[in-house]
Amino acid sequence: MQIPDAPRPTLRRGLIALIACAVLGAGAALADEIEDANALLKAGQHRQALEHVNKALAAKPRDPQARFLKGVILTEQGGTKEAIEIFSKLTQDFPELPEPYNNLAVIYASQGQYEKARTALEQSIRTHPSYATAYENLGDVYAKLASQAYDKALQLDKSNTGAQNKLSLVREIARGPAPVAAAAVKEPAKPAVTAAQKPPAAVAQKPASVQEKPAPAPAPDPTAEILKTVNGWAQAWSKKDINAYLAYYAKDFKTPGGEPRAAWEKTRRARIEGAKSISVGISSAKVTLNGTHQATVSFRQAYRSDRFKANSSKTLVLEKSPDGRWQIQQEKSG
Amino acid sequence: MTRLALFFAAIACALSALAATATPEDRLSSVFQAIEANRRDEALKRVDALIRDHPNFRLAHLVRGDLLLARARPLETFGNVTKNVPPEKIDGLRAEALARLRAQRQRPSEDRLPRLVLQMSAEQKHAFLVDSRRSRLYVFANDAGRPRLVADYYVTLGKNGVEKTREGDQKTPLGVYYVTGNLPRAKLTDFYGSGAFPISYPNEWDRRLGRNGHGIWLHGVPSDVYSRPPRASDGCIVLANSDLDSVARYVQVGQTPVIIADEIEWADPAAVEADRRSLAAALEQWRADWQSRDTAKYLEHYSAQFRSGNQNFAAWAAHKRKVNAAKSWIKVGLARVAMFRYPRGRDFVVVTFDQDYRSDGLSNVMRKRQYWLKEGARWKIVYEGAG
Repeated sequence: MQIPDAPRPTLRRGLIALIACAVLGAGAALADEIEDANALLKAGQHRQALEHVNKALAAKPRDPQARFLKGVILTEQGGTKEAIEIFSKLTQDFPELPEPYNNLAVIYASQGQYEKARTALEQSIRTHPSYATAYENLGDVYAKLASQAYDKALQLDKSNTGAQNKLSLVREIARGPAPVAAAAVKEPAKPAVTAAQKPPAAVAQKPASVQEKPAPAPAPDPTAEILKTVNGWAQAWSKKDINAYLAYYAKDFKTPGGEPRAAWEKTRRARIEGAKSISVGISSAKVTLNGTHQATVSFRQAYRSDRFKANSSKTLVLEKSPDGRWQIQQEKSG
Repeated sequence: MTRLALFFAAIACALSALAATATPEDRLSSVFQAIEANRRDEALKRVDALIRDHPNFRLAHLVRGDLLLARARPLETFGNVTKNVPPEKIDGLRAEALARLRAQRQRPSEDRLPRLVLQMSAEQKHAFLVDSRRSRLYVFANDAGRPRLVADYYVTLGKNGVEKTREGDQKTPLGVYYVTGNLPRAKLTDFYGSGAFPISYPNEWDRRLGRNGHGIWLHGVPSDVYSRPPRASDGCIVLANSDLDSVARYVQVGQTPVIIADEIEWADPAAVEADRRSLAAALEQWRADWQSRDTAKYLEHYSAQFRSGNQNFAAWAAHKRKVNAAKSWIKVGLARVAMFRYPRGRDFVVVTFDQDYRSDGLSNVMRKRQYWLKEGARWKIVYEGAG
């Protein structure tokens, strides 16, 4: 399948990846603009991010990556009408991409248009049956629709505006194998952007504490230990041993939506308890050490529950706690 | 090829005709069938279509909620409402679901007849029977005096159940009644929906037992609902508006019996016929004894607990002895006889007929009603009056 305006890339069926076409095809300048825009978006500087994206779009108006990013920025800025236009147009121009559907759904859901959100998510899944984010979002949309149906059944007030939309907006189309390992990072529609800045600060404290003990003994290669940790995490998840599963996450774990730890734990509990059976398989794991106390593990994750199956790529950032255990500090999927 | 296409066209045609005649309840039942067959997508499609056609069918919304929620997480119960709402709100819909499903699945066997209907009169084209435990109204056509089930409908009855005794007790009466009027929609508020048919509560027997209250009707539902929970009225028998419209076609004001029972007993037709013959024979003997002016034999048909208006048995006997003795001849003819068992009574039957009385003095034709009770081995009259 050839994508118009994207010089080389072809989409392999079943793969959630439109390789960052900017990096591969277009000029380096375009790639830079998009990369800058991405960084600025993550830093919460929407206006500046938009400027860079617009520059990229001036050079290449049909570029899906840039258009998508613009949609994300506008969504987060509250420019939902224009964002809907952008994502809708993307679904027309690139019907094989699941992400624009997902984000359309997120916007619709935030407006309380759950039937539209459902249609978009179902399309997203139709294009990519293993797209876990869309599945999770769809689950939330179904729950919302169910709640509306119950309200009609019981003739309750329609004033249930209190329920916050907690669907995940996807920020990027492509998950490139590039060192910038930002996959489709799950963020809520209105993320607390400051949360994104917290973890680096927390990480920064670690080396400081290490410095208190000068001349640490050369550590043995911890790769085996790290892999053991990741396998243990997958097993706890598979066994639905929620407490053990949660214990694999560091105290300063960067929750995917920037939500409070307690809220995230609650969601995880509900999701895991909600499944009758879960099996999580891990393959092709690759460990990268970043110093002695931090490591990045990338792998293929085969998730299978009584409700859905998803094969996806996952990256865990682990850190070594003072008591010597490796714990998950970040979890990224796409 | 063409033939095949024609074949499918015919099937499609038949299916669409079926869809057109399927009641909302039939369609709800087909939703449950799909759920049971583990075809949840199909179930959701069906319930979506049902709601499209009947947006006020609240039970359908409840089922739809479950089907959607099941996609998000496992259900814990039927009507898995996640919000904090008073449980009785959901319980009403659950009870409606059960009543409707049970009615769809447990059809009365075709070779059984309701014990309550011994004989319909020639003029009575239909009889209505209400089974309160099943929340169901059955319509029977008159097949040469024998009832034949032609339709049945879900009904809502009194909040506090059945056996009404007092004004305001929010119960539905149990007994043998008749439709006494027809109130068209234009004369009613929206609450009563597409129309109302008052029935004859309190009847002779109710009054004798000191029961009071009034205004028990068959009626429809407000325009913002399709149906109401099984126990929700103030004592009336409430039907979906479309169902009330169907039932209206069967009503003959002043003729159509409405028999309300705890539970309809379905019996072997031969047993029902034996009951009918036994009572018909007693009635005929009563007529013959009256005509023969053998007052002692005639009075043997009356129970010691007989009462009519303010006359007890002694007063009645004295009156009849005096009247009969003054006649040199009496001729009594009975026509249009109807006999319905009284619910909850063991052998207790309401008999209504046209009485053609002639004598050398007075002659008259009247509609008469008697309540017959089996005392020991003999049928006896406990009430007699104008019908």
